[in-house]
Amino acid sequence: MKKNAVPLVLLAVLAVFPLVVTSDYFLHLMILFLLWVVIGSSWNVLAGYTGQVSFGHAAFFGVGAYTAGLLFQHLQISPWWGMALGGFVAALIGLPFGAICFPLRGAYFALASLALGEGIRHIATISESFTGGMMGIMIMPSFVSKTPYYYIALGLAALSVLSIQLVIRTKPGYYFVSIREDQDAAESLGIDTTLYKNASLALSSFWTGMAGAFYMNYMGFVDPHVVFSLHDYSVMAILVAIVGGVGTIYGPAVGAFIMVAVQEFFRSGFFGAFDYLGRVTGSSSFASLSEVVRQAHVLGFGILVVVVILFLPNGIVGDWEKIRRNVFRIQPTR
Amino acid sequence: MAFFRVEKLVKQFGGLTAVNEVTFEVEKGEIFGLIGPNGSGKTTTFNMISGTYPPTSGKVFFKGREIQGRKANRICHLGIGRTFQVVRPLGRMTVLDNVIAAAFSRENTMRGARAHAEKTIAFCGLEPVSGVLAKSLPIAGRKRLEIARAMATRPELLLLDETAAGLNPTESLEAVELIRKIRENGTTIVIIEHIMRVIMSISDRIHAINFGQTIAEGTPSEVAANPQVIEAYLGTDYA
Repeated sequence: MKKNAVPLVLLAVLAVFPLVVTSDYFLHLMILFLLWVVIGSSWNVLAGYTGQVSFGHAAFFGVGAYTAGLLFQHLQISPWWGMALGGFVAALIGLPFGAICFPLRGAYFALASLALGEGIRHIATISESFTGGMMGIMIMPSFVSKTPYYYIALGLAALSVLSIQLVIRTKPGYYFVSIREDQDAAESLGIDTTLYKNASLALSSFWTGMAGAFYMNYMGFVDPHVVFSLHDYSVMAILVAIVGGVGTIYGPAVGAFIMVAVQEFFRSGFFGAFDYLGRVTGSSSFASLSEVVRQAHVLGFGILVVVVILFLPNGIVGDWEKIRRNVFRIQPTR
Repeated sequence: MAFFRVEKLVKQFGGLTAVNEVTFEVEKGEIFGLIGPNGSGKTTTFNMISGTYPPTSGKVFFKGREIQGRKANRICHLGIGRTFQVVRPLGRMTVLDNVIAAAFSRENTMRGARAHAEKTIAFCGLEPVSGVLAKSLPIAGRKRLEIARAMATRPELLLLDETAAGLNPTESLEAVELIRKIRENGTTIVIIEHIMRVIMSISDRIHAINFGQTIAEGTPSEVAANPQVIEAYLGTDYA
């Protein structure tokens, strides 16, 4: 089908990427990008399609990561098995949370999800005998090369987007969007809104948990402040979806690419431009400027999100027609 | 046993009794009008029947089964559809997608739901706008979409809440035509309406309530001549 051509070409490009680019640095960035495709798309199912905004997706991410880490630490089970389980454990955390909190609507649900994320972070910090507390969990990575991790991340990203797309284009997808648009109208059309909100949460938390378990395998180290981080995961998931396009299939993927690029752009001091200038000119002020820029990526996110919300309220994918018209001066084909 | 019956239905909101012991019966194939001044408890009665909230007391029977207190989505599956007085289009979905979402209550496959939705849209005369976003429809279109969506759930009993309100005379005539067509199709209808020309011409029987209590029931001409109804609508000078 023609409408699937662009994603298929992109998938093919991503599949050959490690054969062309062998630099560990760029492979690492691409792995982060793919990880964010999974997390952003998951958040998008629950918030973008079903309208249940979550500020607590770090909970599912962290639970997935800890599932893999703890299984290895306590039972010496390979963290790759933990990866298979991570998604299910995250969904197991999600379901009772959904059962309790879905009677809450709108902002109240969002606040409850915020509490979930923060609550689980504290639990992971306090239960030192079980989780290692602030010491975190360390495991030996299975591979030295980044290429295997890259392909696993690619598989995760492709499978998560595909499964979400399948769900969205069938009955549950219609039900999710109906709930987002008007919950009472949805009930009157025979939609069990509680059931379908929980289904959406299960799908969303499952893939987020998988991403977390992959992260454990890849990074080899987690602690509560890293994987349960409000701004690094819960909020970042929201930004990824908003920039790319909330309620669109490929929006979070686009958002993930941009956010990872922006983050790296700042973190590396504009890809080392300041360090380079500093060496060339011999001026020390470039070094201190570089230091400032490195820490300014959050500011960069802030500006980016404000610009997107002002000019592309539906995100880059959601407002693609608008971009084509105004930036590329292409008239719509229809 | 009647096809549909509500028995001594009561709804209290805090200290306010919005509906007080309303009882009526509807026969299969009937168009049954529910009238009353603003705030008399008509929509509250609908909300109790359709499961938006449970009645404080009283019973609702549908095809011989007690159904009061069930959730709205269960009521829909039992075969009672409803429209909302303040229309509730699923705004950022097309008209077709709105109706497909409703059709999924009876169909599980995309193909089946789509076919059924297209038939319903044609029946309700919405084909020209089927690809339009629901939020961009004018009021007449939105009212029609409410009906199409309810019809797509294949109701045996359809509750219509002020379908003609806000429509111009031509549009309300078209609405009356559509309602007649729905009845001919075998669906029983309970309709709330303020526009007398509409309700008097379309109903087989009418039930009038005021301050939550029954004041009259009968054929349209009987109810129109009832002194209590005239008083409720026009004041004591005319009764």
